[in-house]
Amino acid sequence: MLLLAAFAVLFLVLPLAGLVVRAPWGSLWYELSAADVREALRLSLLCSVSATALSVVLGLPLAWVQARLVFRGRALLRGLTLLPIVLPPVVGGVALLTAFGRRGLLGQWLDAAFGVRLPFTTAGAALAETFVALPFFVLTVEGGLRSVDRRLEDAARTLGAGPLRVFWSVTLPVVRPSLLAGAVLCWARALGEFGATITFAGNFPGRTQTLPLAVYLLLESRPEAGIAVSLVLVAISLAVLVVLRDRWLRAW
Amino acid sequence: MNLLAAVRVEYAAFTLDVELAADAGEVVAVLGPNGAGKSTLLAALAGLAPLARGRIEVGGRVLADRTAGVSLPPERRPIGVVFQDYLLFPHLSALDNVAFGLRCRGLARAAARARARDWLARVGLADLALARPAQLSGGQAQRVALARALAVEPSLLLLDEPLAALDVHTRAAMRRALSDRLAEFGGVKIVVTHHALEAIALAGRLVIIEQGRVVQSGTPADVTARPRSAWVAELVGVNLVRGRAAGEQIALTGGATLIAPGAGSGEVFAVIHPRAVALHRTRPEGTPRNVWRARIDGLDDEGTRVRVRTSGPLAIVAEVTPGAVAALALDQGGDVWVSVKAMEITTYPA
Repeated sequence: MLLLAAFAVLFLVLPLAGLVVRAPWGSLWYELSAADVREALRLSLLCSVSATALSVVLGLPLAWVQARLVFRGRALLRGLTLLPIVLPPVVGGVALLTAFGRRGLLGQWLDAAFGVRLPFTTAGAALAETFVALPFFVLTVEGGLRSVDRRLEDAARTLGAGPLRVFWSVTLPVVRPSLLAGAVLCWARALGEFGATITFAGNFPGRTQTLPLAVYLLLESRPEAGIAVSLVLVAISLAVLVVLRDRWLRAW
Repeated sequence: MNLLAAVRVEYAAFTLDVELAADAGEVVAVLGPNGAGKSTLLAALAGLAPLARGRIEVGGRVLADRTAGVSLPPERRPIGVVFQDYLLFPHLSALDNVAFGLRCRGLARAAARARARDWLARVGLADLALARPAQLSGGQAQRVALARALAVEPSLLLLDEPLAALDVHTRAAMRRALSDRLAEFGGVKIVVTHHALEAIALAGRLVIIEQGRVVQSGTPADVTARPRSAWVAELVGVNLVRGRAAGEQIALTGGATLIAPGAGSGEVFAVIHPRAVALHRTRPEGTPRNVWRARIDGLDDEGTRVRVRTSGPLAIVAEVTPGAVAALALDQGGDVWVSVKAMEITTYPA
């Protein structure tokens, strides 16, 4: 048992060690400050933060509905919400094309009515990231909402708070750890998104080429740069884990 | 500012149907076993449980009237509630917990905090204004909860097991303190508890609820002297039986007969104090007129006294000294003669 467990640890750690060993430490800063890498970093931040914001705006009401309302088909709805987590991201991208593409269900209408075209645009990249990352936010916040002591909300009502005020000044603050944890998970997932983005938004430098997409191309042309960027993504992931554990997952 | 309430709440497996009236300044304790519907009653008064039927009026103001289709939501009722485990908002300081209701009533933050500070001072917690609920002891949390409920100056104060969350050592002191603070509040006060001592210490009137219905109400002295249910009798520690009286005889529901002078007529309750129940090895001679043979079901050692549970024509508890247990060789499963003097039986109409 112990031997196999040790192999498992080795299996998980070795690739990371490989990254660290092969990283071009001497020219790290040089590689990361290259124009195309900086552009990809900027796009990645822009898209992942937009995707997180959109996930919060759309995901909070959805999490609330799933946690609080009792209705027929709730199990089905939850299944649908979780689907993007298990769906191959490429399929997600294809599905987005069929919905928001120029010939898509909603896409052709958006194009005709507003001249809005999402595929192969920065907004499209953010949308693809949202599609894949939203479930992480919904799942985390729904769990948080379910574990709120509903009687705290009763107490607020007896003190004169209407339903909206109860939600804003009691429910939301009490689930804050879940909100933050959900947002961080969602952001990390959006930041690493590859399959859906490249399928729906393409790989255009400066427009839709986010860090993971850049790494993919850099490995062909400038492997050192690819490893350097990968290292940055590893560092961000580790930071997310540490932050979640130390600060935001702590209960009141 | 009196309370007039007729409350019927229907759940799938439980129905609460209770009438309750209380005057301004009065403390009424709603007492009953777990699951009797006490908390449901509070929830109905607070507007947190929907009425299937009934009407709630406080100080002439109708809070709910099922036939008129009126039911104010909790936030519009003139109530203050102290919940069982206090339910302080974990993300707010003690001060902001107390200020919460005032903010809801439209006070600006500074004004609400100033008034909340006064209330905290009144419950003796001025220096803990900035503490989070997690940093408060049970007793402190209870006082913050009380200040929070009173800060909005309600007409009706509802307290749900206000002492249950405290440890045994602080409970007696907190009971006295709570009693004093309740005395300062002029509105109607309803305290729900399953703890008889608390009810008697806090309230001038008891309403006993069992299985969703009022079984008895009255002053503590009244209720303890004349229990009207097995639960109350056990609480008070007396034997209670019910039967049909005719002259000196009471035909008990179980089939046995008791002799009690002045039993009256019709359905009666009879109370027999365990100390009035005598146990004997052999059939006693002489005056006792209620004598029967019984089996000992168990002995409960209570220090200076031992409670002996017996079953026979009449299940009854006797209270004897440890010396008597030894002298009579009383043992679980053994047989014993039981006698009760007719004069020791108190009867009253059922």
